[in-house]
Amino acid sequence: MSNVDVVITGVGATTPLGGDVTSTWDGLLEGRSGVRQIEAEWVDKYDLPVRIAAPLAVEPTEVLPRVQARRLDRCEQVAMIAARAAWADAGYSEPSEDNEPVDPDRLGVAIGTGIGGPVTLLHQHDLLRDSGLRKVSPLTVPMLMPNGPAAHVGIDLRARAGVHSPASACASGAEGIARGWEMIQAGHADVVVAGGAEACIHQITIAGFAQSRTLSTRNDDPARASRPFDIDRDGFVLGEGAGVVVLERADHAAARGARVYGRLAGTGITSDAYHITGNHPEGIGQIAAIEKAVRAAGLSKSDIGHVNAHATSTVVGDVGEAAAVKSALGDQVVLTAPKGALGHLVGGAGAVEGIITLLSIYHGVIPATLNLENLDPKVQLDVVTGEPRKVELTAAINDSFGFGGHNVALAFTAA
Amino acid sequence: MAENKLSNEEVLEGLAKIVEEVAGVSADEVTAEKSFVDDLDIDSLSMVEIAVQAEDQFGVKIPDDELANLKTVGDAVNYVSSNAA
Repeated sequence: MSNVDVVITGVGATTPLGGDVTSTWDGLLEGRSGVRQIEAEWVDKYDLPVRIAAPLAVEPTEVLPRVQARRLDRCEQVAMIAARAAWADAGYSEPSEDNEPVDPDRLGVAIGTGIGGPVTLLHQHDLLRDSGLRKVSPLTVPMLMPNGPAAHVGIDLRARAGVHSPASACASGAEGIARGWEMIQAGHADVVVAGGAEACIHQITIAGFAQSRTLSTRNDDPARASRPFDIDRDGFVLGEGAGVVVLERADHAAARGARVYGRLAGTGITSDAYHITGNHPEGIGQIAAIEKAVRAAGLSKSDIGHVNAHATSTVVGDVGEAAAVKSALGDQVVLTAPKGALGHLVGGAGAVEGIITLLSIYHGVIPATLNLENLDPKVQLDVVTGEPRKVELTAAINDSFGFGGHNVALAFTAA
Repeated sequence: MAENKLSNEEVLEGLAKIVEEVAGVSADEVTAEKSFVDDLDIDSLSMVEIAVQAEDQFGVKIPDDELANLKTVGDAVNYVSSNAA
């Protein structure tokens, strides 16, 4: 069991369902889909088999000041928007030289991303090839580096206790939150701004994922394409977005009278050591991660009432996860899979879904899994479908898994 | 590119627009006596962008060792005016 009580005092996000946490949460409860047809010319140009994605509901350039936006890759932009929202939501004022609401030496950042700024990399390469060196931006490297989102947030908030950027593919956002929790447990920080970000909807990522046969090709019906746990699922939908939370030592939050959404009671990180993209057939890494998080939280498996699943809508992944959850926790848990509505935000996914898990406890309601019409009979658990379900929760788990065999489980409990 | 030599006023006006575009400093604030770094808070990365855009707009070459000497807006205006094609 962990020694330090860590609470969440602020949440921020920008997603395919909305430009903030409230609109994203409302979109989930209303059963809206963030998936749409890709309008870019490259879909036809390369005759891509996948013509759908889940783009941001609100363009970052409409939110950030113009000059700041032009100095940031889109992945950095969404991280900045989510982080500032979380910071303000926690009740902190904007930091400046004369105003440091948290001691900078006790403030950390941990924001992960799957791949950072490949869109910048490719665009600048095009400029070099077509127009020569003079046209390459001096900001190329800071815009493409995967630590860029975390670093920019750290500078913006004046965080000096360490800035970290876990890269664990689709588990990066959850690992960012877990890393933040570890920083507080280890005594390195009192407050950590933690989460994940991704913005890489581009011909090369769509082409690459399409070639690995992991994306849905339900091009003529975008809103119904992402359907976790449904018998007719055929792959995930690539999305973009960011989620960030403010993690805080409970006594630090209490001393300033902060509103507390709940606790991050424990985290569990494991690795499969099995295959670069495939899940371990017995789900040993997933099971171990969930069990670790439950143990770290000082809970027993029967305490866990709800799992916010990673379930991406792939044929193999969803049933593997359901079996792992059942094995780790038993069959009392109620599942939901937000990717039915959000698509897959890759490095942003675990953080946004961590926030949704937390809000499910806070509001006592679990959003339904969009597009789950016929439950795959191999999924032998209760999955919320149709309407959101009101249920009093004391503890819930958020799963995240990534290419490379990364498994992260976050255990949230009520305040 | 102008066929006749540009006046200092014309260069200042063009340069101010570039600085506003790249660094977000209002063009009105870009006046001859201002230091790029100390007064306008422009970093070395933005200076490279400003130099490239100025080269294109005014038909002038600004080598790195010359760029390092352009401390104020006035320095840049004088350099461009005397070296423009």
